[in-house]
Amino acid sequence: MELATKKDTDLAEKLREVEKMLEKYKGQKGALLQVLQEAQKIVGYLPIEVQKLVAEALNVTLSEVYSTVTFYSFFNLKPRGKYQIRSCLGTACYVKGADKVLARLEQELGIKVGDTTDDLKFSLDACRCVGACGLAPVVIINDDVYGRMTPDKVPEILKNYE
Amino acid sequence: MEMVNLTIDGEKVQVPKGTTVLEAARKIGKKIPTLCFLKGINEIGACRMCVVEVKGARALQAACVYPVSEGMEVYTNTPAVREARKVTLELLLSDHNLECPTCVRNLNCELQKLAEELGIKSIRFTGEKHKAKYDDFSPSIVRDTSKCILCRRCVSTCHNVQGVGVISPNHRGFETMVAPVYDMSLAEVACVNCGQCILACPVGALKEKDDTDKVWQALQDPEKHVIVQIAPAVRVSLGEEFGLGRGAIVTKKIPAALRRLGFDRVFDTDFGADLTIMEEGHEFLERLEHGGKLPLITSCSPGWIKFCEHYYPEFLENLSTCKSPQQMFGAVAKTYYAQKMGIDPSKIFVVSIMPCTAKKYECQRPEMRSSGYQDVDAVLTTREIARMLKEAGINLAAMPDEEFDEPLGISTGAGAIFGATGGVMEAALRTVYEVVTGKELENIEFTGVRGVEGIKEAVVEINGMKIKVAVAHGLANARKLLDRVKNKEAEYHFIEIMACPGGCVGGGGQPILSADERFDVDYRAIRGNAIYEVDRKMPLRKSHENPAVQQLYKEFLGKPLSEKSHELLHTHYTPRPRYPEAE
Repeated sequence: MELATKKDTDLAEKLREVEKMLEKYKGQKGALLQVLQEAQKIVGYLPIEVQKLVAEALNVTLSEVYSTVTFYSFFNLKPRGKYQIRSCLGTACYVKGADKVLARLEQELGIKVGDTTDDLKFSLDACRCVGACGLAPVVIINDDVYGRMTPDKVPEILKNYE
Repeated sequence: MEMVNLTIDGEKVQVPKGTTVLEAARKIGKKIPTLCFLKGINEIGACRMCVVEVKGARALQAACVYPVSEGMEVYTNTPAVREARKVTLELLLSDHNLECPTCVRNLNCELQKLAEELGIKSIRFTGEKHKAKYDDFSPSIVRDTSKCILCRRCVSTCHNVQGVGVISPNHRGFETMVAPVYDMSLAEVACVNCGQCILACPVGALKEKDDTDKVWQALQDPEKHVIVQIAPAVRVSLGEEFGLGRGAIVTKKIPAALRRLGFDRVFDTDFGADLTIMEEGHEFLERLEHGGKLPLITSCSPGWIKFCEHYYPEFLENLSTCKSPQQMFGAVAKTYYAQKMGIDPSKIFVVSIMPCTAKKYECQRPEMRSSGYQDVDAVLTTREIARMLKEAGINLAAMPDEEFDEPLGISTGAGAIFGATGGVMEAALRTVYEVVTGKELENIEFTGVRGVEGIKEAVVEINGMKIKVAVAHGLANARKLLDRVKNKEAEYHFIEIMACPGGCVGGGGQPILSADERFDVDYRAIRGNAIYEVDRKMPLRKSHENPAVQQLYKEFLGKPLSEKSHELLHTHYTPRPRYPEAE
């Protein structure tokens, strides 16, 4: 409950920031992409509340905003964690058992690929080749690279981000 | 005008600069196949069905968006062109729900027709199909994305023609789906149920919510007294479904057909329209004389009403409190008519045949139960009643002329013109003028409010007072007009707004024309002209002269705006959110 309330106050504050940012774009339909990028920088993701503000400010439909947000993989509809975990599923990693590493990550974090933990600490994504095939399978957490991963190493590594 | 010379398949053509290859080809009788193209509405060159070879161009070009230029050589029928079109079409078909014989658009489907015209005999590609959604939560419109070909004609219509914009292509690539935000149902977003998207759809991905079963059941039930009303615009469109040509007038064939289908009485919404004019005309005068909220805005179009509630709630007090003709009819049928005939209103089943999908929503509104029952039990579109008649083996075209039943089938030309844009305004002016002046109108045709122009204005002098009126049809035009009023750039006493372009003749429940036919034919204007012809041929052309309406006031309601009238014939409106709540 406490967490949820904190989340709401944070969002309310960030929405005010977004509104301020939007002032300089009022009525500029063509600024949609730029505005969404700036909004995501402020909030971290683009919930419907942000999309509504953008639609109102730029005088476009919410539907158009949502269509744009879901088109570009850069935009997130859901909050992202403080630590973004990317588990490589490229060919080399895959043949070396990356799927099992990913399954263990999902199990340890209690979330599925694409989701974020409730405490907003971790988000988990699968990605394609990161160019470190010699170290396969590879997991990247923010800027840290972990090579030669096994499912059993997962809990150990996550401890580094307590 | 600067002219451009080019050749198409070796044939010389001269067309104005700016013409597309598609238009130039049509000029010499060459039909280039199209699918995503809808003239004036969706010209985006997305589907690649219309590709042609242009000499010197790097790749095949989309004729629908490719402008002509001097000396251009175009080839529309080369092996490369034919193969490209076939591959594209087969790819579309490979991801399409091919339930053609049971599809509502069977034999009226542009995809099906193209497959036939391009000689597709098999589909070379097999593979995964996109994850589809069937959304039938809206009382008016059903979405079946298993049939969607992502042409975006509905999207352009919803955004640009109607200014509503609640559907878009969401996600990307193979996952792309035309849907409301967060893939919600149309029922959860600020859709106004106008059904213009259905008219734009080349396939069966958008259709009306089918209520024919409800009506078949009622017709079967010996306990039920089943009565039917037909809207003004249906009499100039239903014939189209039976091969009678665009805008054929079938007013007198309809009673014959509907009687043979089993309805106990066949009545006319034009009666309800005359009644609406009596109430709304007096409401206008009341507001004018006693400083009420002006401009008064008409309330017959349920798509417009819901639009106003979602997008322009600041105008709700301007809306006439009059129910629409359909709902006035229903309320009168289950009270006055029930009493007069000695029938228990719970046994009366009222069916409406409407050019409209939004009427399906309107009849379910909680305010529309002033008889103590749901005033109108089922609404069928023009398309649905055509299907029922065909199923019953009744050929409308071969029906004899018959009359509507009394008393709710008696009407005037003023009621009939409700079916065309400007008609409600004209009907109201005919009555208001005579009520105020006590004099007979010399010329009852107010042509200034007629026609296909998006926004029309006129000034009418009544007893020395200049009454300023405006008419808008198509909700994007309504937006323009309302914004003008809001920003005090224009001032009016009386405004008519219809959700659909052309008014009800262009309603979302009307027969569907292909993009090909719409290229050359302004079907709304044709049906609209037919409506005015209906009016011209009526012996009575002013609502206050309708003897059945006069009798209704004498025996039951008292006078316009009486307490009883307010109870049965008037309603109220609710502001609604523009956006859905967060997921």
